[in-house]
Amino acid sequence: MEQQILTLYDWIVKLSSSNLIALIVVITLPLVFLMVYALVAILGELKISAFIQERLGPMRTGPWGIIQPVAEVVKLLQKEDITPDAANKPLFNMAPFLMFTAAYAGFAVIPFSSHFVPAGINLGLFYIFAMGSLAVIGLVMGGWASNNKYSLLGALRSVAQIISYEIPAAIVILTIVVLASSMNLQVINANQGGWFWNWYLFGGPGTAWKLIIIPVTFSMFLLYLVASLAETNRTPFDIPEGESELVAGYHTEYSGMKFAMFFFAEYANMFVVAALISILFFGGWNSPFGDFMNGPIWGVFWFISKSFVFVFVQIWLRWTLPRLRVDQLMGVTWKVMTPIAFICFFAIGLWLMFN
Amino acid sequence: MKKYINNIWLGIYTVLVGMKITIIHLFAKNVTVQYPNKHPLEKASGDKMPMNARNRIFVDMDLCNGCNGCARACPVNCITVQTLKVVPGDAPPLKNGEKRGLWVPSYTLDFAKCCFCGLCIDPCPTEAIKMTTEFEYSAYDRKDLFYKFSTMTDEEIQQKKELLANFQAEKAKKEAEAKKAADAAKAAEAPKPETGELKIDN
Ligand code: SF4
Ligand code: SF4
Repeated sequence: MEQQILTLYDWIVKLSSSNLIALIVVITLPLVFLMVYALVAILGELKISAFIQERLGPMRTGPWGIIQPVAEVVKLLQKEDITPDAANKPLFNMAPFLMFTAAYAGFAVIPFSSHFVPAGINLGLFYIFAMGSLAVIGLVMGGWASNNKYSLLGALRSVAQIISYEIPAAIVILTIVVLASSMNLQVINANQGGWFWNWYLFGGPGTAWKLIIIPVTFSMFLLYLVASLAETNRTPFDIPEGESELVAGYHTEYSGMKFAMFFFAEYANMFVVAALISILFFGGWNSPFGDFMNGPIWGVFWFISKSFVFVFVQIWLRWTLPRLRVDQLMGVTWKVMTPIAFICFFAIGLWLMFN
Repeated sequence: MKKYINNIWLGIYTVLVGMKITIIHLFAKNVTVQYPNKHPLEKASGDKMPMNARNRIFVDMDLCNGCNGCARACPVNCITVQTLKVVPGDAPPLKNGEKRGLWVPSYTLDFAKCCFCGLCIDPCPTEAIKMTTEFEYSAYDRKDLFYKFSTMTDEEIQQKKELLANFQAEKAKKEAEAKKAADAAKAAEAPKPETGELKIDN
């Protein structure tokens, strides 16, 4: 995988002979994508939840209510921006931006196509995982600075949650790194080229011997899916913001634009973990059918549609499962997921040794 | 250990079952009727009310026998029924063929008080009181929600009252006469046992 490919960045540099323009384009493209995606995901959430409950969902704003998310964003922008008197103002005002920055920073290493990744660093997987955990700092900050018992409880719970899910998630990611011998997301993607049985969900590329590890990779996928639900604070693991217990958890005191930032950060995080699942287990921008519809442009299509499938799964699960208790989450992650993740790690290590 | 693995299996399996249920509902037909644009009684929207719909109540006075069951069942006391006894042979039978025992000169239902619980529907022996499918009947004045169901006119009521008064007076007279006669008969008969007693005494 050492051949030089003409990335989007190089191409723009060649066209405009200016590094600055290329940089700006490469940086803003994911932001534009994120904004459009957030609108689509908000509408998707409203509509899917409505259809699952056999309702129609928003119907009045535009045909079939499709401009409802725009109306909601405009509403949030217009709202009064309240900072409570007793709040710790610098922290309170910083928290939503930190959270959104962390969520958006994850997009820096996401390979949208074989020829486009905003920053193709070698430690991509490590970086994206670190950024995912950084979001929790914003969350704790918001909860602490609000000076409100519900917010504080939400923040406490999210800390309890992060130390539970990070470990199995980290071990699963480590296992993939062992399997792929790289932390560069582009390399991991390129490894899974060809037909869909080369995906790491099906043991990655290799001979028929890999059939042995398919159950292991499958359980790794399940483990990471569950951990990613906990990472994005979504049902059944929306413990830090459980509406029925904590009003809205850590963002109880937020309104207007700052609340919108938390909102966007949640949806951005959803996409980041969905993208990570599709990169690690489902071949990222590779077409599932060999050379059929393969290439840099089709790659964007495959990558985004695979990620959207997992965004859909997250929404689907939200309307299927009730919320877990804090101790249940701890039980699941510490007593079940962590040991199984270690077993998977061990099994993959052994398999690589004897292969 | 067996239980541990079984629990993991159950955890995955039950989530999948739940996901199957929700995905079936995702593609099921939506039940929402876009109300102000479409009326639930239109053909396009199914032409029927939801099963538990609570609408305006109608009382068929040709069926009501004035038993007061609905008024007693009503938790907010918004039904008042006044009745008048029927003079034998005066009243036509009820619509369902039963004999009418009571006139209902006044039957009122205050929809401003009604909570649409539907409890008045069940106790009615003749099914005179019913939910209709009409639900758009808001009014500008609270008085407009005070519904009078009785079909009797004032003259009719007056007439029936007089009839009943006459009948009762006649009945009372008859009873009084009968009582007098009975008393007389008793008085006539009364001494006989005394003499009998006397006879025994002697
Ligand atoms: S619906 Fe309920 S409140 Fe209304 S009249 Fe009947 S019993 Fe009374
Ligand atoms: S229960 Fe039926 S029959 Fe009896 S008073 Fe009410 S409406 Fe008339």
